[in-house]
Amino acid sequence: MIKMQATQRKAVALISGGLDSLLAAKAVMEQGVHVEGINFYTGFCVEGHTHAIRKKDKAKPKRNNALWVAEQLGIKLHIVDVIEEYKDIVINPSHGYGQHMNPCLDCKGFMVKKAHEWIAANGFDFIITGEVIGQRPMSQRKDTMPVIAKESGAGDLLVRPLCAQHLPPTLPEQEGWLDREKLFDFSGRTRKPQMALAEQYGFEDYAQPAGGCCFLTDAHYSKKIADLWTSRGERRYELDDIMLLKVGRHIRPKKHFKLIIGREEGENNFLSGYRKMFASIKTTSHAGPLTLIDGEVSDQDIELAAQIAARYSQGRTADKVEVEFTDKKGVSKLLEVTPMPVSQLDEAWQV
Amino acid sequence: MSHYTLDAKRMMCPMPVIRTQDKVAELQVGDTLEVTCTDPGALNDIPAWCRINGHEVVSSSENNGEVIITVKVGDA
Repeated sequence: MIKMQATQRKAVALISGGLDSLLAAKAVMEQGVHVEGINFYTGFCVEGHTHAIRKKDKAKPKRNNALWVAEQLGIKLHIVDVIEEYKDIVINPSHGYGQHMNPCLDCKGFMVKKAHEWIAANGFDFIITGEVIGQRPMSQRKDTMPVIAKESGAGDLLVRPLCAQHLPPTLPEQEGWLDREKLFDFSGRTRKPQMALAEQYGFEDYAQPAGGCCFLTDAHYSKKIADLWTSRGERRYELDDIMLLKVGRHIRPKKHFKLIIGREEGENNFLSGYRKMFASIKTTSHAGPLTLIDGEVSDQDIELAAQIAARYSQGRTADKVEVEFTDKKGVSKLLEVTPMPVSQLDEAWQV
Repeated sequence: MSHYTLDAKRMMCPMPVIRTQDKVAELQVGDTLEVTCTDPGALNDIPAWCRINGHEVVSSSENNGEVIITVKVGDA
């Protein structure tokens, strides 16, 4: 009698680059399931190499942790650009924001929904996430985890291996594709069970981002987005906006324009790539940063901007500093200004 | 087998990886794709992506802030 070999089931794992999704994917692979990874790029991911812009950070390893996790697991990783679609999640989250500008519950629902669409299009059977009950205050609670399963449309195709034993059995468990007993019962904010499991699986050097994997959970970054929207009079952003919010010193001396001042060489180089999109100021008599001007400015505004830019140059204590103002079309003019004294630099201008 | 180029300058990682991934998906096994980037992170990320997905990095270089990586499409 020929014994029929069971079809190998296929799952896609949401891979953030952190430890939990690494372990969740591994736990399912251990049960003989074919796993591939999926990673969604929203533009706000800390996983991007924005930190590498700053020269002082250049010596640090620049690995992308999602790719590193996939390589450790020996699985494929599909990185999906969701920048455009994600805007609606950031701008209009139906479940609101967390402590800062983080729409965590809507975000997780969105990503699981995208993964659900992906498995339907690619012939996969179910979805894995590294969520743990009680791990995060907004999206990983006993009452919100079913919301993600329901609103994403994934329903019982969504498996959270690290806390599965606290949740109702999913379809893969009911069908015997996964042995529920070999899944886990982690809960709460403690990381000890994950670290023990990582050791058991032989994983070392995994990423442990203290503030999560998203800039939207950062208070300072969220303040800059709020300022951007207030100044525009509408809640809107482009990728260039959110990249620039990660770079430089942001100063808004008037409601209608903001200065983005490079803090060091790496940032100046990065900002110089935007000189066709923004007017800019560069000190010429003294070494100094590149300053971009976001907004339409009058001659009086340019004078004020130049005084502030000069304050951040090597000529900050000089009587006069010469600066070159260049508009978006590349037309330049030279100005001589007195650097603004620190006492006049209103703290409220700092974004 | 054909040779293609991809301009990923001024993009921050992982965008050069995503653009590489999407372009490679359109190519045939054995085709080569030359990707030009300005984010030095691509020097790590594109080879990592290739290792994971069964493609080969034929060459990579960094000169004057430009990173050029040539990928040969595998059959994975």
